[in-house]
Amino acid sequence: MWPVFAVPGVGWLIAFFVVSVYAVMAVAFGSVDPVLRTAVPAWNPAHWDFSAISEVLHRVFGGDLGKVFVRTFWFVAASLAGCIAVGYPVAYYVARKAGRRRGLVLALLVLPFWISYLMRMLAWTNLLQPDGIVNRLLHVLHLQGPPRNWLDGNPQTVIFGLVYGYVPFFILPLYSTLERIDGRLIEAGRDLGASAIQTFLRVTLPLSVPGLMAASVITILPMFGDYYTNTYLTSGSPKTDMVGNQIEHYLLGTTQPQTGASLVLILMAFLFVLMAYYMYTTVRQQRLADR
Amino acid sequence: MNPFRRRNGRAPVLAMVTWVYILWSILPVLVAVRISFNSGKSRSAFQSMSFRWYWGDKTLSVWHDATLHTAMLNTLQLAALCMLLATPLGVAMAIGLHRWRGKLSNAANGLMLIPIVTPEIVFGVALFLVFTQVYTGVPSGMSRQLIGHITFTMSFVVVIVRGRLAAIGNQYEEAARDLGATRMQAIRLVLLPLLAPAIFASVMVVFATSIDDFVISSFLSTGASTDTVPIKIYSGAKGTSTPALNALASVMLVFTLVAIALAAVAMKRMSRGGGGTDGAARAVGNLASLTG
Repeated sequence: MWPVFAVPGVGWLIAFFVVSVYAVMAVAFGSVDPVLRTAVPAWNPAHWDFSAISEVLHRVFGGDLGKVFVRTFWFVAASLAGCIAVGYPVAYYVARKAGRRRGLVLALLVLPFWISYLMRMLAWTNLLQPDGIVNRLLHVLHLQGPPRNWLDGNPQTVIFGLVYGYVPFFILPLYSTLERIDGRLIEAGRDLGASAIQTFLRVTLPLSVPGLMAASVITILPMFGDYYTNTYLTSGSPKTDMVGNQIEHYLLGTTQPQTGASLVLILMAFLFVLMAYYMYTTVRQQRLADR
Repeated sequence: MNPFRRRNGRAPVLAMVTWVYILWSILPVLVAVRISFNSGKSRSAFQSMSFRWYWGDKTLSVWHDATLHTAMLNTLQLAALCMLLATPLGVAMAIGLHRWRGKLSNAANGLMLIPIVTPEIVFGVALFLVFTQVYTGVPSGMSRQLIGHITFTMSFVVVIVRGRLAAIGNQYEEAARDLGATRMQAIRLVLLPLLAPAIFASVMVVFATSIDDFVISSFLSTGASTDTVPIKIYSGAKGTSTPALNALASVMLVFTLVAIALAAVAMKRMSRGGGGTDGAARAVGNLASLTG
């Protein structure tokens, strides 16, 4: 009788998730109405036509879209580096050093989850205006001469925004791994004569790798599909377009759903390894917990 | 100074980094809230305190601008409905998947995890295409957005509840069965009270995710009447916007924080009576007196 409990949820996911993803494939491998320019999906795999997606693939490998993919990759890599630089020390402190204040610090770390993502970005568009606080502060500190417009298609602003947006999601999984490390192992390292830094590098850091991986994957995946942070912090400038911007453009901006759907499939193919890794580790943890 | 000093357990440099991070993560939002009280049109320079953008302005304030308060009502309605539908679906699925063994169960479990790792834009596009190509009968606008939000959030519920199920184990339910409860009674009177904290956590996560969602709502929106708050904030970035956007975002922030605080209080109340091993023992005890 247990399957009965799972049936409504499974049925829902099949109807609205599996069928939806299949619809993306049917549109990408279908054709376009010659008059109306609308998508004519091919539901039967026997009729799939791969000419549209191979054209898009040509543009990705060597064409105009290649630049966008490379840019997306660098933006995500730089943002991940930023998340590690900011998130690791914070997670480490809260997990192992905060002592009595841990509850308070944890509550403050969770706070950004309850604040709308776009409101947090809205806040930065206020601060980064030409006459905003950031420019005034930089001027007072003599770090910058004339005020700069940070919001006109600045790659640094986009990377900064991505780090700001995603670092809370990075900290929590890492925190829970660091918190579970057996303190006796760290003490043993010290007692055997290793310095604090050696102990960190050879005991704590290796033990935190699973958490670091989980935290990285869970922030990288949404970052690859992110287009709103970019649009929002660059007033829609195309100079910093990421893959997500192109997908949105082809589906909502113009009527080329076939190109948009092909791009979605290519993006998913790129991310497949990361998605599989996350699912594999989650299932393994579930197994261990159930035992 | 050594940031990883162990002997007295303190790490001043790390503490400083953490507090600077916390300030960095919260101060900008407080500045945005302050700008919502600006008397002028500027979203960067504060002039003087006023409620102009809340209700003072006769055309552009949150109270008077229909598009803004429609967006607010849409967002809250969507989040409430999503909470009511995604949570029971997810809880039932978690119980089912936890007990049900076999190849098909593994497949269902894998299927449940895919939405969690799928970037939202893939979700948005997939739902957009499925509603324009397959489920054309579903009325456009909020019904479609609601289906999208449920599909996106249900898996979170399953994962949270499954974690708790694994921690509880089967013994309480078995005790209830030994005491003569039917399977449904055991679930209703023993398992669900034990799951209460996880269900509460799920409700909060679903609410926060739905209220915050931009991508899915935006792909399934059909214009001003189905815009949500995140869509409004987003589209405000391109055009010339006023601090009314900040006011709108601030009102939503207050709603969310109040909801979270209420939920936390309720959870504390409930866990006093029904959580932990202590509460679990009591739940079985109640059942024994009921059937005995």
